[in-house]
Amino acid sequence: MTMTFTQQVITIAMVVLGTVLTRFLPFLLFPAGKPTPKYIQYLGKVLPSAVFGLLIIYCLKKVSPFTGSHGIPELISISLVIALHLWKRQMLISIAGGTVCYMLLVQFLF
Amino acid sequence: MSANTIMLKKAFRAAFPHTIPIFAGFWFLGMTYGIYMNVSGFSFWYPMLMSLTIFAGSIEFVTVNMLLGAFNPLQALAMTLMVNARHLFYVISMLDKYRGTGTKKFYLIYEMCDESFSINYTASIPEGVDASWFMFFVTLLNHFYWFFGATLGGVFGSLIHFNTEGLDFVMTAMFVVIFLEQWLKEKRHASALIGIGLSLLCLILFGPDHFMIPSMLAILGTLTLAHRPLETIPL
Repeated sequence: MTMTFTQQVITIAMVVLGTVLTRFLPFLLFPAGKPTPKYIQYLGKVLPSAVFGLLIIYCLKKVSPFTGSHGIPELISISLVIALHLWKRQMLISIAGGTVCYMLLVQFLF
Repeated sequence: MSANTIMLKKAFRAAFPHTIPIFAGFWFLGMTYGIYMNVSGFSFWYPMLMSLTIFAGSIEFVTVNMLLGAFNPLQALAMTLMVNARHLFYVISMLDKYRGTGTKKFYLIYEMCDESFSINYTASIPEGVDASWFMFFVTLLNHFYWFFGATLGGVFGSLIHFNTEGLDFVMTAMFVVIFLEQWLKEKRHASALIGIGLSLLCLILFGPDHFMIPSMLAILGTLTLAHRPLETIPL
């Protein structure tokens, strides 16, 4: 572990602060009864997809196509997650299936 | 039984069935989160307290990763704001419904997750059931499922004797599923593609340790500039 305990506490406090801000800010900024600004409504529609795209890349940031296992276990497992999800549309099955597949691949094949 | 107790029981009975589908999911993901923290070297106190105080699943997973990296509080805050930005919009949609909930309002807002939002937003509360207590129990039960799962995972993670290498992929799988759900729901995919594309570009340009802040700025900037075209181009 590279962080000290104090640094861990500060990091977690920042996450708590961010969460509290996103949940309480609207109450301060947009009192009930007034229409929400157009730009904010627009962000509400388009931001989530972009953010989850960013989070996928964040998860894969250490994967390199040129070294190690070349990202092949990731590619196979993500394809399985997508296939399972399109087939069954059951979040838990898709996540569990993909994770078990990935664990088997990195532990036994790569 | 006092009238108050009857009223509380009624609200609880109406709320509980709505949370049953969430129960399995939160236990599974909460436990995985606890185990993930445990095998990453954190005692069960971490998932336990984090599930209580943060209660936003995605960012809790991401926080494990951030705690393992270099100390960067600004990035932690910026990440949280971006990942949880959607809650801003939930709260806006709930402004009206939460009116008149008294002191429960603080808890209802603080611990509102995606699932509690969708129940409280869509559920038709039966006649004679107190709406504010109904929403309170929905929020409380969901919070409790996650907290319990995360704590159990944190406690029992150390008892796991099989090889957990690769378990961290659960976070990737979870975000792929959420992204896919989002993709299937929306008519235009420009924003999803912007998210993936710009993040990938920033990763190549800035490297794995410094690409998050540039990515977030690039995404926000592009979405803002593309405000008009995005509303019209059928991508």
